[in-house]
Amino acid sequence: MLARLGHRLLAGLAVVLGVVTLTFLLLHVAPGDPVRLMLGPRATAAQVAAQRRALGLDASLPQQFATWIGRFGRGDWGTSIASGQPVRALLAKAWPATAWLVTLSLVISYLIALGVGALQAARGGSRLDTLLSVTSVTLFAVPGYWLGLMLVLVFTYWARLLPAFGIAGLDADYLHGPSWLLDRLRHLALPLATLTLIGIGGAARFVRGAMLDTLHQPFITTAQAKGLTPRHVIGWHALRNALTPVVILLGLSLPALFSGAVFVEAVFAWPGVGRVLVEAVRARDYPVVMAAVTISAVLVVAGNMLADVLAAGLDPRVRAHRATP
Amino acid sequence: MRLLLRDARGAFGCMVLLVALVCAVAAPLVTNAAPNAQGDIVATRFVPPLSRDVHGAFHPLGTDRFGRDVWTRLIYGARVSLGVGILAVLVSLALGVVIGAAAGYWRGPVSVSLLALTDFALALPRVVLLLLLAALWQPSTLLVIVVLGLTGWMGIARLVYGEVRSLAPRAFVEGAVAAGARKWRILRRHILPNAMTPVIVAAALGVGNAIVLEAGLSYLGLGVQAPTPSWGNMITSGSDTLVNAPWVAIAPGFALVLVVVACTLLGDALRDVLDPHARG
Repeated sequence: MLARLGHRLLAGLAVVLGVVTLTFLLLHVAPGDPVRLMLGPRATAAQVAAQRRALGLDASLPQQFATWIGRFGRGDWGTSIASGQPVRALLAKAWPATAWLVTLSLVISYLIALGVGALQAARGGSRLDTLLSVTSVTLFAVPGYWLGLMLVLVFTYWARLLPAFGIAGLDADYLHGPSWLLDRLRHLALPLATLTLIGIGGAARFVRGAMLDTLHQPFITTAQAKGLTPRHVIGWHALRNALTPVVILLGLSLPALFSGAVFVEAVFAWPGVGRVLVEAVRARDYPVVMAAVTISAVLVVAGNMLADVLAAGLDPRVRAHRATP
Repeated sequence: MRLLLRDARGAFGCMVLLVALVCAVAAPLVTNAAPNAQGDIVATRFVPPLSRDVHGAFHPLGTDRFGRDVWTRLIYGARVSLGVGILAVLVSLALGVVIGAAAGYWRGPVSVSLLALTDFALALPRVVLLLLLAALWQPSTLLVIVVLGLTGWMGIARLVYGEVRSLAPRAFVEGAVAAGARKWRILRRHILPNAMTPVIVAAALGVGNAIVLEAGLSYLGLGVQAPTPSWGNMITSGSDTLVNAPWVAIAPGFALVLVVVACTLLGDALRDVLDPHARG
């Protein structure tokens, strides 16, 4: 198990390194010059050259890359070209907003999806099953930004219930205790609902499939033959066994959820990593893009590994299989 | 095919996609307005759906802030959105089939390096890559197709690899080897046609996915550029006028969801119909 984990860790590291190298190359191969963008069209050649030297952009590509890796490893992520702020501070400020949003929506959507999927499998072929299937396929197909807009239309413009963007109201600094919490929750409601609804669509489809596969297994027939109630069979025997593929999906969907968050953050002006990334890409803000891409690559790899470890924890067969490669 | 149409999901998917494709191809016949024409903007902007503007022209889905007919733009947008989705999947298909087949048929270092490449590409965060590629070069429709194609082939390569690996030791392939057929010919004529089932399913699902991603890129302003209508940039322009003219954003979103649902259902139905084992 440990050797296997070490192997995975190395492979993960290689992927992250690959992503970072690829991004670095893409950024430098692509047309467009951050220095020109910074100084404007009136800059003289001497000014451009001076700025280039100041930013370290005059060195050769491998040299720049090595410098960047060295600094990044030591925790010096550079300063944003666009805003002049340290990249670490920028991302540290944005990170909790995204983490909250993604984690909450992941937990809520999987809890609901487990319930819905189990219910569908229990009532397989019924009208309720069909109805829920159509609903989850539709939710799965809806683009996040459009669903977000529709929720804004209904809850902000028509019902005038919830705020449409930002993480806190203008008066947030003067609020304390319950009213502060309420303000935060009201701002969280729509982005969270958007991400969660989409998450439910994908996960419920998958849970239903996994449950149906499990229900065809002999041990379910045994449990039924023993005279256990259907509720017990579904809730205890089937659900626990169907959980392994679902947990794997959960780990794998972490990066997808992060991508979804990029669009949802754009719609709701949610001050998270996704928005920082989109703005940095638009502005050719090299240091910010590199850091944000590295973080998202780490997230993808971590999600895959988490899925692996969790699956081993849940299913003894997976553990045994690993032990004898 | 008959089996597919008897399946409610398959019939629905086929019908929706057929209608969408016909509308897109025959756009000038379905509507007689021009998608980008801006006439008398002040008098004809924000006409609500199912009503006539001051000049007596009927707008089934209303007009946007430039007085352009939303229905017309939706139909011409279908050309772009469906076209991008289908072409992007064709690019992914070509890449995925070639790489998957090569990895499955030629064992040894070729296989190992191609599989490593696939795993690596699979681990790349797709949306981040899309953002980067689309933002760094001048946004255009062609770029969106290439970028979506380049980031979507890995799943197909995996599928083809698995199929080829399982087909290669079969008797009919060995028969072809014994008959003296060359490797390329065996792969092309004997193995690949038998490996296509899961690929077709993946392609159907992939088209839906590509359409959503294209719309997403266009929504962020990194995809198909105005004034060419695509469903994504129509949603963007509608989001600015959500209060006075919600229909501008609602219509393309509905079209998008409908087509993507159709692709998903068609893919599901195809899998059940083409795979006799799963039919049970």
